[in-house]
Amino acid sequence: MSLLAELTGSIGSIGYGLAAIGPGIGIGIIFGQGVQAIARQPEAYGVIRQNMLLGFALAEALALIGFVVPFVFGT
Amino acid sequence: MSAVLAAGGLDCHLLSGCGFPAPGAEIFVFQDIFTFTLFQLEFGISKVHILLFLGVAIIVGFFMYAFRRPKLVPRGAQNVGELGYLFIRDGIAKETIGHGGEKFVPFLFSFFFLVWILNFFGIVPGAQLPVTSIFAIPVAFAVIVYLVWVPLGIYKQGFFGFFKNMMFPPGVPKAMYILLAPIEFISNIFVRPFTHAVRLFANMFAGHLLLATFSIAAFYLISASVIGILGSVASFGLAVALTGFEAFIQALQAYIFTLLAAVYIGSALHAEH
Repeated sequence: MSLLAELTGSIGSIGYGLAAIGPGIGIGIIFGQGVQAIARQPEAYGVIRQNMLLGFALAEALALIGFVVPFVFGT
Repeated sequence: MSAVLAAGGLDCHLLSGCGFPAPGAEIFVFQDIFTFTLFQLEFGISKVHILLFLGVAIIVGFFMYAFRRPKLVPRGAQNVGELGYLFIRDGIAKETIGHGGEKFVPFLFSFFFLVWILNFFGIVPGAQLPVTSIFAIPVAFAVIVYLVWVPLGIYKQGFFGFFKNMMFPPGVPKAMYILLAPIEFISNIFVRPFTHAVRLFANMFAGHLLLATFSIAAFYLISASVIGILGSVASFGLAVALTGFEAFIQALQAYIFTLLAAVYIGSALHAEH
């Protein structure tokens, strides 16, 4: 089988860039909505902050997996 | 310092012809300081283990000291200890687990402060290694949390009730369960502990690598050129600023790790409703 196209160099960094798109959008939405919620209802700050950080942690995990995978499967 | 040596040696600067010695995963590998054999098993003690035991000793020592003679009106170290305890009890256990959360405060409390101090070693001069950036350690923590909440859920909800509540959340059209049940099963049983460990590990790994990169860049750019000196100063300033940022991330990750442990325990105690 002949190769149609081949990619060499630091593919891991490109992979991380691609992996960061989704979580980037997600984290933006989470904190945007969180700040809006706090502005609307400042007395619920504790609960909102906690859930905001929880959502942030879940979204961020995807970007971090994208960061680690090139180290594991790279070279 | 060892990172600089590992990456290119002391003579490697901008105009000396060697490329930028970017740090990689090798800066997380440490030589054994000494080895010993116990019950025919080889044990090697490196910097990681020393910091790990030091972290445990600091936590145990501080809280033993803080609560050695508890007084009704707290003073000094007892104040700090009680503040930490109240933070975990009111901020995490009561809000996340709710009813029945009181019992898990010591568990969450130990985890929060242990993870925090192990992360914090990353910016302590002389230590300069977040112990949790060695993958085995967050894995061990995540396994402990996993071994707490899965048996707890089975004990509280019954074996079939536990899996039924996990895989068949109410309020979903019946046909969706064909798709939803396997996804929920995989995400709860396999992905949860994996991401729980990877989240902590990767944050500390990435942060340490970032600090190493800018520190090495500050060192590498020292050369007989204006741009090199300016770049070196900027890089050093950035390394200092990132150290402050890391301090924030370390506390946040310890909080998130504990918060997620509390969420998992809460989901085992009370079925979804």
